[in-house]
Amino acid sequence: MGRFWSLLFLSFPILGTAIFVWSAMGWYPLEGYWFPELVVADDSIDHLFYVILWMTGFVFIGTGIAMFWFLWKYDGKTYTGPVWYSHGSHLLEIIWSVIPAVIILFLAIYQMDAWAGARMRRPMLENGQPKPPIARVTGRQFEWKIQYPGDDKQFDTPDDLYTTNELHVPRDEEVVLEITSEDVLHSFFLPNFREKQDVVPGMKQYIWFKPVKDGKYDIVCAELCGWGHYKMKGQITVESSSDYRAWLKKAYDEQELSEYSLAEAE
Amino acid sequence: MSSITADGQASHAHTSSEFGVGEFLSTYVFSRDHKVIGIQFLFSTLLWFLVGGLLAIGIRWQLAWPWSDMPVIGPMLFSAEGGQISPEFYTMLFTMHATVMTFLVIIPILAGAFGNYLIPLMIGADDMAFPTLNMLSYWVMWPAFFFFGGSFFVAGNGASSGWTSYPPLSSMPEAAPGSGLAQTMWLIALTCVGISSMMGSVNYMTTIIQMRAPGMTMMRLPMTIWGMFITALLQAFALPVLTAAGFMQLTDRLFGTGFFVPEGLIVNNSEMAAGGGQPLLWQHLFWFYSHPAVYIMILPAMGMVSDILSCFARKPLFGYKPMVYAICGIAGLGFIVWGHHMFVSGMNPGLGMTFMVATMMIALPSAVKTFNWLGTIYGGKIQFTTPMLFALSFVLMFVIGGLSGIFMAATPVDIFIHDTYFIVAHFHYVLFGGTAMAVFGAIYFWFPKMFGRMMNEPLGKIHFLLTFIFMNGTFFTMHILGAVGFPRRLADPYHYETFRHLLPMNQFMTICAILMVASQIFFIVNFFYSIFFGPKAGRNPWHANGLEWQAPSPPGHGNFDFQPIVYRGPYEYGSPEVDEDYYPQTQPPNERGDTDEPATMVDH
Repeated sequence: MGRFWSLLFLSFPILGTAIFVWSAMGWYPLEGYWFPELVVADDSIDHLFYVILWMTGFVFIGTGIAMFWFLWKYDGKTYTGPVWYSHGSHLLEIIWSVIPAVIILFLAIYQMDAWAGARMRRPMLENGQPKPPIARVTGRQFEWKIQYPGDDKQFDTPDDLYTTNELHVPRDEEVVLEITSEDVLHSFFLPNFREKQDVVPGMKQYIWFKPVKDGKYDIVCAELCGWGHYKMKGQITVESSSDYRAWLKKAYDEQELSEYSLAEAE
Repeated sequence: MSSITADGQASHAHTSSEFGVGEFLSTYVFSRDHKVIGIQFLFSTLLWFLVGGLLAIGIRWQLAWPWSDMPVIGPMLFSAEGGQISPEFYTMLFTMHATVMTFLVIIPILAGAFGNYLIPLMIGADDMAFPTLNMLSYWVMWPAFFFFGGSFFVAGNGASSGWTSYPPLSSMPEAAPGSGLAQTMWLIALTCVGISSMMGSVNYMTTIIQMRAPGMTMMRLPMTIWGMFITALLQAFALPVLTAAGFMQLTDRLFGTGFFVPEGLIVNNSEMAAGGGQPLLWQHLFWFYSHPAVYIMILPAMGMVSDILSCFARKPLFGYKPMVYAICGIAGLGFIVWGHHMFVSGMNPGLGMTFMVATMMIALPSAVKTFNWLGTIYGGKIQFTTPMLFALSFVLMFVIGGLSGIFMAATPVDIFIHDTYFIVAHFHYVLFGGTAMAVFGAIYFWFPKMFGRMMNEPLGKIHFLLTFIFMNGTFFTMHILGAVGFPRRLADPYHYETFRHLLPMNQFMTICAILMVASQIFFIVNFFYSIFFGPKAGRNPWHANGLEWQAPSPPGHGNFDFQPIVYRGPYEYGSPEVDEDYYPQTQPPNERGDTDEPATMVDH
């Protein structure tokens, strides 16, 4: 039975690796079982994921094969040689402490730039001031309220544009968003943008990205926010700068119209 | 069993020949014998394991066949909805699944059941340092059972703000159904679990430091005991923080304080009165305990696996001292890595970088342990017994869980995979593939000592094979869902275009999960059949070295029928000094003491 169990343990790393390769290549029937399409300029998160995947994959396969081989060879039923009576080896201990330490240190340093880019280096204007947010996104049970500052670039003034669950951003520009919550925790998650930020009541936060591909993509809430958490669905539209401005104007005009009609109805 | 008679409390069963109700209660119910308490913990936690597993099936049902009638159970539970799971019920399901598995299964089965049973036996003591405190540590779990269990039957049908109980959702009954009375009961139960663990941890530390048999130096302790000892230390230092945080949340809910609730919140279109607090404070306090708790849930398992591997490889544990240092290293680093749960929480990104480096470093002692386990089986004479198979699968599964941890330690990658199924895959590999597999191995291994009988090997192997296959079928595929960004805790992920095509894989996982739970029937049958009808085990059926194997099976009150004196470490298998391939810790050097009964044949 030793042979059977060794092969069972070997089948696991083989199947595991195969599933990852199958999914990443998008082969039938696992099309779409990998990262959603990337639509921003910064691919550092995907890159880092692959670096770690190669590294861990190597260790995973290596450990799996070593374990299989030991189980196969040293099966007590078939192995007739002497037992290796050893309490350990200083040299081996040093080797398998130092090598992982070096790799881990490399990884820790290697990822710092991507983290700084995602969370610390907010885009700047030419005058050295931080770039103002293009819109404010407010989470509430169970919708995303979007607020555009209007021509005066100031929030909470009469020319603000309000929408719900519908965010438009211009392509090929660094977009900064201000995000906040008015009730519980939410999480602003854009899978295609590799962007996620918890939305915390009482805090004002900024995220940024540079979309490079037109289209409509999901805005997902990734933090449990109550029974209706699953329905908190928004949509982000990436379009050319001119389309974006045209949309802003159209949406603003519609808002004005509905406000006037509301006033007339009263 | 609602009251203790004064008679029952005062008398000692082992000295009395009369066996009345009082004697029965003090021997089997309100016992101060560490072995009885250990077995009480074992039975209670296994029962809750079943409850937790069934809750998981509810979650998986909804993800595979959303908003469809649940056969049999559906009409019984939610006839109003026509047998469908409602979104409110779904949030309760995953909250209570995690709560039950963490606080009522994994932590108490390792520390409560195995800690209690094994610590005095393995160090050569006759009982715990504080037997009455030990008894109380079990009975304080009953209010926890009552409040967790009872919360299913009050408004909201159970707490439903996630097992992490993040405020403001959890602080305000207005914010979600199920964060009313059920959430209050959840917090009270959590406090009871905390008190129980604290009583246990004080007892374990004192017992291990003070009550070791002559010759049992710290560096001759079995790895199981090292795991339990460091776990007790972790609990003693981290648990008060969670208990305090739980109290603060309780006062936020009941007395209108505002520790975790910021000002100016608008819930259900009305402004909340309380305010001035900070939701992130809860996350810091919660993870300050709950990250070390991850190690509380794995270190004893690592210890037990080390013992099992060495025993069935019939050779010494490779690198005993580095293994001990690795456990200490994991525990030490375990205190400074909680922030990696908060990389996208809004915490200062500079602080995130610090936590990232610390989290990365924790991979190091984990790697040392893995390589040492491989070193242990290298060059041995491996016996493929059921406990050995579970221990080997622990190593392989822990490798997956450990390696996938590196992805989330990397702060930028965590931005994408945080709160997705990649995380769910990771912690199920550590906690089911790892800890639960080790627990099964430990039950098969120490069962002969606990009940004096052997478990059935072929049934055990079928149980292992099915559990291994379906466990991987359920959890490995979660990595792939995580790569798509599939979020946790969504009652209907197919509401989003991005995740709509993932339904078939979810159905595959659900079928695997149902079969995994069903496979446990082999274990349940084997366990109960063997308690009564298994072949009698001698003192030392596995030919193991530890002190516990020198005591009778099962040991009587007071454990040993002789004073154990320890001459060597517990891993002297295949020693050239003796003819046999084992060399018990109590056997004087170079003279073969015959304390052993003829060993029962074990089918390998």
